[in-house]
Amino acid sequence: MDYDVIIIGAGMSGLAAGIRLAYFGKRVCILEKHYAFGGLNSYYRLDGRDYDVGLHAVTNFVGPGVRDTPLPKLLRQLRMSRNDFELLPQRFSEIRFPGVSLRFTNDLDDLIADVAENFPGEADRFRKLCAHVGEFDDNVLLTDYQSTRATLKEFLHEPMLIEMLLCPIMYYGSAEEHDMDFLQFVIIFKSLFCEGFARPRDGVRKIIKALVKKFRSCGGELRMQTPVERLDVADDRVATVLIVGGETLSAATVLSSAGYVETMRFCGDSPSVPAEEVGRVSFVETIAVLDELPQRLGHEAAIVFFNDCDTFTYAMPEHPVDLRSGVVCCPSNYEGHDDMPEGFLRMTWLANSDVWMADDDAAYRQRKIDYLAEFKTQARRYVPTVDDHFIASDMFTPRTIHRYTGRLNGAVYGSPRKRRDGRTHLKNLFLCGTDQGYLGIIGALLSGITIANMHVLAEE
Amino acid sequence: MGDQRIKNIILEIIAIVAPDAEITDVKTDIRLRDQLDLDSMDFLDIVMELRKRYKIEIPKEEYPELATLDSCAAYLGPKLAGVAAT
Ligand SMILES: Cc1cc2nc3c(=O)[nH]c(=O)nc-3n(C[C@H](O)[C@H](O)[C@H](O)COP(=O)(O)OP(=O)(O)OC[C@H]3O[C@@H](n4cnc5c(N)ncnc54)[C@H](O)[C@@H]3O)c2cc1C
Repeated sequence: MDYDVIIIGAGMSGLAAGIRLAYFGKRVCILEKHYAFGGLNSYYRLDGRDYDVGLHAVTNFVGPGVRDTPLPKLLRQLRMSRNDFELLPQRFSEIRFPGVSLRFTNDLDDLIADVAENFPGEADRFRKLCAHVGEFDDNVLLTDYQSTRATLKEFLHEPMLIEMLLCPIMYYGSAEEHDMDFLQFVIIFKSLFCEGFARPRDGVRKIIKALVKKFRSCGGELRMQTPVERLDVADDRVATVLIVGGETLSAATVLSSAGYVETMRFCGDSPSVPAEEVGRVSFVETIAVLDELPQRLGHEAAIVFFNDCDTFTYAMPEHPVDLRSGVVCCPSNYEGHDDMPEGFLRMTWLANSDVWMADDDAAYRQRKIDYLAEFKTQARRYVPTVDDHFIASDMFTPRTIHRYTGRLNGAVYGSPRKRRDGRTHLKNLFLCGTDQGYLGIIGALLSGITIANMHVLAEE
Repeated sequence: MGDQRIKNIILEIIAIVAPDAEITDVKTDIRLRDQLDLDSMDFLDIVMELRKRYKIEIPKEEYPELATLDSCAAYLGPKLAGVAAT
């Protein structure tokens, strides 16, 4: 055996799993097809400027005294400290619907108070919902699927309030269209409203560099530009890992963060995968660079989740992009970010990946230009003078996401069917990250840790 | 290796596994989990750290032997007998 464990993918989950295993003396190698680490939440440099691919908010932020929530737990497991991530908390964020907005901070009481003010009749019922969320048994291996929409209707009477809660929670963590598992709702509700948002001043590179450094200092090996092409199977096990170009490697255990369907396609004898297991939720993300910070131009929210209709539709749209709802993120609206040299304004919309994937290159470029114009129109609602301050922009589409991470349909949250125990049809192949089921940066880190613990460390 | 040394080792390990735990005043006969609010992930890590440092194996069925500092000393004494008191 060349290694005890081979990990496919150097995104958040692969790096976290790698740190755990290398720390405890396993011979671990992470194989990453791209030249950059970080996967869906990577970073890059363009025209002399640093960009983050995905970072809006690190969720699950809690103060130094708290011990038993995901962020402090995962830091302990990685033998890392709060300082390694340099997280700075948000000031506030908003959910904006026609005629009403709700403001929330990293203190749930602020949201409870704002709900009471805007929906006086719902105040008690919302408090009961919060208590239910707090007490909900979130043992992911034991709970059965429960519709969130149906559950919310039992607690709340105002349809608009239900839609307003679903909007941020689905945007930040639903692989499913239209509705979601109540367990997933609980996990995201806590990560957004009970805990909260933060951001490292230097962006996600701070987190990724800290993870990579830790992994290497534990003796782990990281091979970039090393795409896995095939997993050769014998006796219900992965026997060898074949890399594009012909090299083969072997390991006692293989963890894959590439996605369930994607990973099955690496296996020669893969069981047939029903079409509905391929994720459909993807996004277009536009990033604008401004010569002034948005907070000085009147826009102070860290994140705004907006929806321009009374009901909220979370699904792959018919059009290339669904302009009716989205997320507006302003990285400088976190504490300690007031001296950033340039302002950024990011906007996320739901996108139809089929349309973006089918374009030829010229049509694709034109489509990006058209949607940049749409972006400016929408951005004026938040920063009316945005046109006077615009200096550069970049845009990701489902096609970009597919190209850089291999995710089918550019589905950011992967398959709607999660495999919470990480198991596959092969005895020594396990999933970690997105398709195991914990989503987002903190979720993916926790997923890598959990799968490494459950299937490698605790097994001996 | 003496009992006191073993108890100190466990405390050192807890300081690594759960750096925010308050370990200055740990009672030797009360369950560690009750005093220090360690979860099952932390507990697994104590076992893992022992294995990493001293190459000793602790089967899952025997984890309860690590409940208190006193029981740790009694249980680990023989296992650590050959290990130099570093
Ligand atoms: C635009 C955008 C904004 C986002 N914003 C936020 C946010 O603000 N907050 C938040 O918490 N989350 C956010 N997310 C979600 C978050 O980034 C992801 O949930 C998380 O990073 C997923 O990590 P992962 O390890 O599961 O998967 P990935 O990051 O996808 O890692 C998988 C890795 O596997 C590699 N790989 C795939 N196939 C192969 C192969 N054949 N061989 C070798 N390597 C392979 C890929 O290149 C990739 O590096 C955002 C995502 C996007 C796209």
